[in-house]
Amino acid sequence: MERNSWIANPLFWKLTSLALFFGLWEFAGRWPISYAFPPFSKTFFALLRMIADGSLPKAYLSTLQPLVIGIVLCSIAGIGFGIAMGLSRAVEWFSLPIFIILQAAPMAAIIPLLTYMYGIGLTAKVLAVVVLAAPVIVMNSYKGIRNTNPSLIQMCRAFLGTRKQVVIKIILPHAGALIFAGLRLGLAMGFIGIVIAELLITPTGIGDLITYHSSVADYPEMFAAIASIIVFAAVTIQALERLERKLFPPEIRGADGV
Amino acid sequence: MSDNAIVEVKEVGKTYDGAVEALASVNLALPQGRISTFLGPSGCGKTTLLKIIAGLIPPSRGEIWVKGKKVNGPGPERAFVFQDFALLPWANVLRNVAFGLELRGLAVEKRHEIARRHIAEVGLESFAASYPHQLSGGMRQRVGLARALAVDADIILMDEPFSSVDEQTRRKFQEELLDLLEHKQKTVLFVTHSIEEAAYLSDQIVLLSPRPGTVTNIIHPNIDRKGRSPDEIRRDKNYLDAVDEIWQILKHYV
Repeated sequence: MERNSWIANPLFWKLTSLALFFGLWEFAGRWPISYAFPPFSKTFFALLRMIADGSLPKAYLSTLQPLVIGIVLCSIAGIGFGIAMGLSRAVEWFSLPIFIILQAAPMAAIIPLLTYMYGIGLTAKVLAVVVLAAPVIVMNSYKGIRNTNPSLIQMCRAFLGTRKQVVIKIILPHAGALIFAGLRLGLAMGFIGIVIAELLITPTGIGDLITYHSSVADYPEMFAAIASIIVFAAVTIQALERLERKLFPPEIRGADGV
Repeated sequence: MSDNAIVEVKEVGKTYDGAVEALASVNLALPQGRISTFLGPSGCGKTTLLKIIAGLIPPSRGEIWVKGKKVNGPGPERAFVFQDFALLPWANVLRNVAFGLELRGLAVEKRHEIARRHIAEVGLESFAASYPHQLSGGMRQRVGLARALAVDADIILMDEPFSSVDEQTRRKFQEELLDLLEHKQKTVLFVTHSIEEAAYLSDQIVLLSPRPGTVTNIIHPNIDRKGRSPDEIRRDKNYLDAVDEIWQILKHYV
């Protein structure tokens, strides 16, 4: 620790930043910028009320269902497909252009089409998560496989490794970090997908809370619902990032070519 | 070809992508139990030739015979030491050294026992649990060498193994390599661009010309290394003559 340990402590700066942000929010809400913009304190109490009366936990249960199903589907099929693209030239040529387009396209535009095709039920919402999350999960898995250090593959062959051993002992461990990062980015996209779906398709879960409270002009509650999903997504992604650094510390990743 | 040749290179040529000719018909015999060096300027195809002998690159023309058999790929009688070490960054020294045995399906206790012996041989006992990123370049290459020794191949192929370590480490490593090999009946094939390294280590030096690579000269330094210190070897008349002779040939290519 340095002499001014509280200045050197990152937590101090993070808390200061948060305090400043909430302070400005409070100030802007009390000014007021708009009647529909509640101060931080009111929003915070609205959040506590919604937790206490059970409406927020219930909304999360219903929002998380299509999100989790969608992400699990993407993890299995997306990673599998990305790996296949990385390992097989034929699969790569066949599908790479599609995923490059999908990754660049504003996929939210497809959601009305999903409603048209799959109605307003769970299927459409799961698909909304999938179309947003899948491209980045597939592309990261593919790049992870493709970026394998060729020297390690050659080493494995020189020591009589079979093709299967090259894949299992070199290529997959080497790609692990990028595949995991793809899952994290995919989950971030999935959060976007599920919120858009709940706002555009049918209001359920968090989307319902936001729409309902906005329609009856309960702005603190509406803001509390919005803020809660933002914080929830940010904390989840941050936790995954920490787990990623723990599982794949940069120095043992394949990428630096040690 | 002499009858104690363990590796025979017959009319081997390599053309990349049908256009760049890296090697033009190379003929060679490498004597068993000796250290042979491929020496030449950058781009003379010496690494390509080594990797063709290793079975890692298919030749465009010609054949490689090892221990009287034609080879079409890597084999258990050949082990490779890589220029960039090629260690698994996610595995510790023990697993890296045992990796060749792991690929051959040896039980874990058995292969770790063998690996520990070779880790001790290269002087890394206290680093068995370390990861490559915690080691210096010289230590990483010792791991690479231990891995090649662990599979007990007759022929060790080394691709510029000391080119990414500093000069002091390099000299120390060369001396230790000679010590290590003195008691083993290994045939070593060594690629380098250092004239001193080639002369110091080799029984036979194969000089290659720039692209397309061909064998221009074969030099036998004839240095008596038995029971002599590295400094004595470096002052040996035959050593100095060999260095000079090689330079007289190579300077035409620079």
